[in-house]
Amino acid sequence: MLSKAKLWLSLAVGTLLMWSTGAHAAWELNMPRGVTQISRDTYDLHMTIFWWMIAIGVVVFGVLLWSIINHRKSKGAKPASFHESTKVEIVWTLIPFLILIAMAVPATRVLTAAYDASASDLDIQITGYQWRWEYSYLPQSADEEEVSFFSTLATSREEISNSMEKGENYLLEVDNPLVIPTDRKVRFLMTSADVLHAWWVPEFAVKKDNVPGFINESWVIVEEPGVYRGQCAELCGMDHGFMPIEVHALEPAEYDEWYAEQQQLALAEQELANAELSMDDAMAQGEEIYTASCIACHQAGGAGMPPVFPALAGSEKATGDVQVTIDTLVNGVPGTAMAAFGRQFNAVELASIITYVRNAFGNETGDLVQPADVNAIIEGGQ
Amino acid sequence: MSTSSAALDHSHDDHHHGPAKGFSRWLFTTNHKDIGSMYLWFSFAMFLLGGTFALVIRAELFQPGLQFVEPNFFNQMTTMHGLVMVFGAVMPAFVGLANWMIPLMIGAPDMALPRMNNWSFWILPFAFALMVSTLFMEGGGPNFGWTFYAPLSTTYAPSSVTYFIFAVHIMGASSIMGAINVIATILNMRAPGMTLMKMPLFVWTWLITAYLLIAVMPVLAGVVTMMLFDIHFGTSFFNAAGGGDPVLFQHLFWFFGHPEVYIMILPAFGVVSAIIPTFARKRLFGYDSMVYATASIAFLSFIVWAHHMFTVGMPLAGQLFFMYATMLIAVPTGVKVFNWVATMFRGAMTFETPMLFAIAFVVLFTIGGFTGVMLAMTPVDFQYHDTYFVVAHFHYVLVPGAVFSLMAAAYYWLPKWTGYMYDENLGKLHFWMSFVGVNLLFFPQHFLGLAGMPRRIPDYALQFANFNWISSVGAFLFGFSQLILLVVVIKCIRGGKKATDQVWEGAEGLEWTVPSPAPYHTFETPPDPSLIKDQ
Ligand code: HEC
Ligand code: HEM
Ligand SMILES: [Cu+2]
Ligand SMILES: [Cu+2]
Repeated sequence: MLSKAKLWLSLAVGTLLMWSTGAHAAWELNMPRGVTQISRDTYDLHMTIFWWMIAIGVVVFGVLLWSIINHRKSKGAKPASFHESTKVEIVWTLIPFLILIAMAVPATRVLTAAYDASASDLDIQITGYQWRWEYSYLPQSADEEEVSFFSTLATSREEISNSMEKGENYLLEVDNPLVIPTDRKVRFLMTSADVLHAWWVPEFAVKKDNVPGFINESWVIVEEPGVYRGQCAELCGMDHGFMPIEVHALEPAEYDEWYAEQQQLALAEQELANAELSMDDAMAQGEEIYTASCIACHQAGGAGMPPVFPALAGSEKATGDVQVTIDTLVNGVPGTAMAAFGRQFNAVELASIITYVRNAFGNETGDLVQPADVNAIIEGGQ
Repeated sequence: MSTSSAALDHSHDDHHHGPAKGFSRWLFTTNHKDIGSMYLWFSFAMFLLGGTFALVIRAELFQPGLQFVEPNFFNQMTTMHGLVMVFGAVMPAFVGLANWMIPLMIGAPDMALPRMNNWSFWILPFAFALMVSTLFMEGGGPNFGWTFYAPLSTTYAPSSVTYFIFAVHIMGASSIMGAINVIATILNMRAPGMTLMKMPLFVWTWLITAYLLIAVMPVLAGVVTMMLFDIHFGTSFFNAAGGGDPVLFQHLFWFFGHPEVYIMILPAFGVVSAIIPTFARKRLFGYDSMVYATASIAFLSFIVWAHHMFTVGMPLAGQLFFMYATMLIAVPTGVKVFNWVATMFRGAMTFETPMLFAIAFVVLFTIGGFTGVMLAMTPVDFQYHDTYFVVAHFHYVLVPGAVFSLMAAAYYWLPKWTGYMYDENLGKLHFWMSFVGVNLLFFPQHFLGLAGMPRRIPDYALQFANFNWISSVGAFLFGFSQLILLVVVIKCIRGGKKATDQVWEGAEGLEWTVPSPAPYHTFETPPDPSLIKDQ
């Protein structure tokens, strides 16, 4: 702990530094201008209204300060007796009114433009989950495969618990970033699988709520290739602070290449689903998935946080009938925080995590679950 | 009960009897001054409790990484902090002031409905005990923010949410009873000669606030009842899977929630409008326009609620309507600020502690108003919404706004309540520490929000580290400074320089015509109409 004097000293030094290194990210004072037309318009509106407020502040606080200095009793000031003036009051009702109209006009223009999501080149559905994002590229034609994947925080638990040094993009990095092309109109269709979330990337000036059961629209035309980061902006439970957004904007040609590759991968994945898994592969992949997606609730070693989040070590549902474990993972437990993972993972991944849960934490059932077993339950009409 | 009825019988033949002795005095009291004091003490206790929760939050946010608390507990702290501050600290404090001062200001012997007054206070401690006890329940307390958006607060809530719902019901009942009492008192019990347009602004602002309360607290009760049904009785008001709509929850909540923020600020306007003329030794500028501005703010507060929901995906026409309506509120609010400045202009000012807090209110509340106008601009709000910029905005209007006005009120009327002057040096120390603390605490949060830090997160990216630790230092400075107020009040109750009846050289109004301390019963016969001056 710093002593109080040291704190004050560092505070003073800090303030000085702040003015001298205004551009440094750690002392960032303002909103980014962003990389879309809408984000720049938004920034300009923000600055205009800001300067108006400063101007009004200077006048009002100026008069106040002047009165405080000059009209004090200790200086022998005698109070005046005026206490109303219809003229003055009309003036200071009208002037703010006119300033507001002057601001409302451009705000209306920018808002109307931002709301025009028509004529998009590409549609991506963004689904919020506790606590990850799913990106689904809607097929443009019947012969395309749907490209769809989950995007989860990539920062390690060790960094968060301070047992390891924090990386440069601490809490703002994901395993699978969203990839979009520059210079094309990309439309986002926002929804949620559980609670409210909000998808926000400051550089795009896009923030929209993901509402379960409803679809919201938003769009961007990104003008510069690059990596853009954001965060969930609507409280969505425990790990709300840990579901960042990372977007890679690629030149159109590069994007097309990437997209073709994803098509291949999607096809290959379908084949994999019919393959046999080995115990070692299943356990290794299962452990990875557990660390990324389950540990927040069920904790390291499957210890859980009873009574809210049950322990998996020795749990009846994890060691008893294997169909029950599969059902729990695929369909979740409705009405509780245990989500249906059937859509979040493919059959191979589901088989791995189920195998892992049934064999880790001393659960040693020895069962190896295959993708086909999982598919049987998924297709069993649930 | 026997004590209270004995005391009541007694009062018929003896006008100068004192209060009953012991705990039953407080339990059974129907005296507006006793009840006012209880409200004020209760709200101060809640202020310290809510402040403790806030310091847990700020300790966790001092540095990046998780240090002290788990994310789930962090969410319980933000939720409880918000709920306790809004419903436990600020609202009851203004009800306490209303109880103490409205009868004194309008020349009434007591509140119109004294037994209901007792009841509306005494259910509050139970409501808060119930709510705070959820923190110790299995699964923890409410963790969904003070706005408790469904379905996080229904399908996904800890089981203690049912207790939270009942606690909110009790608080709502208390507020409604308090509001009915204020209205009945002001409309029926004014001394002869106290016409509506001669009432002090504090009385006016409270009259309007009471109507707001009666209009919106039932909506809050409705929305928590709908939650209760969704959770326990299988309805689907807010559950999309059953045909409901989570956004409907937000419309209902903010139909209550936006007027609620004015409930917390209108009486503050009244307090400041009493203090500034006193210490400027000059009549309040534009009394009539102050009354009309208050009424128009109250009206507008019913048609702007969805400015809290610009990102939920409303149609364009809806967005535009709520943007224009919200911008419009700035006009009457501006009128108030200009009037206060014009009151000080060419006055003869002195700067005792109440005046310091009142001036800080005018400046810092106005800064919160500036960011409010910025937030009203829908396309830009997409960037501000749910970030620390919003946290900075509402704390500027609530802390150096509502809370500073409460501090100002406490210092201003303390001599009338206790009969002694408070320690001016300690008061000034309290002011300056609070002033520096509050700005260190909340000003950097504007930068954090603009740079992209979302609110309600227990951990953050490295670029937010610097302003967060400054903010946390400010939080501890501000938090601990509040203990000075406690010392000042206790010292002042125990003794000090005797206060005169008028207390402050420039003070005007009926409350300053009664002795200090104000006797247990005042205005049992109405005051002389010549004492009632134009405002
Ligand atoms: C958001 C918190 C959360 C996450 C993340 C989560 N679970 Fe659960 N899980 C729960 C809750 C709550 C239950 C208990 C449901 C109930 O009340 O029956 C549960 C129950 C279970 C059960 C049944 C255990 C029992 O004894 O009832 C299994 C097995 C399980 N989860 C596995 C997983 C796996 C594997 C993952 C990662 C893919 C996972 N969970 C992710 C919250 C979570
Ligand atoms: C000691 C002074 C205070 C400190 C240090 C403080 C600090 C905080 C912090 C850190 C948050 C959490 C922000 C977030 O993560 O979203 C918060 C939220 C909040 N505060 Fe304060 N605060 C103080 C006083 C007050 C007062 C006096 C009020 C009310 C009049 C108040 C009302 C609120 C509300 C309504 C919220 C939102 C809670 C939510 O997110 O659900 N605060 N405060
Ligand atoms: Cu979230
Ligand atoms: Cu509002």
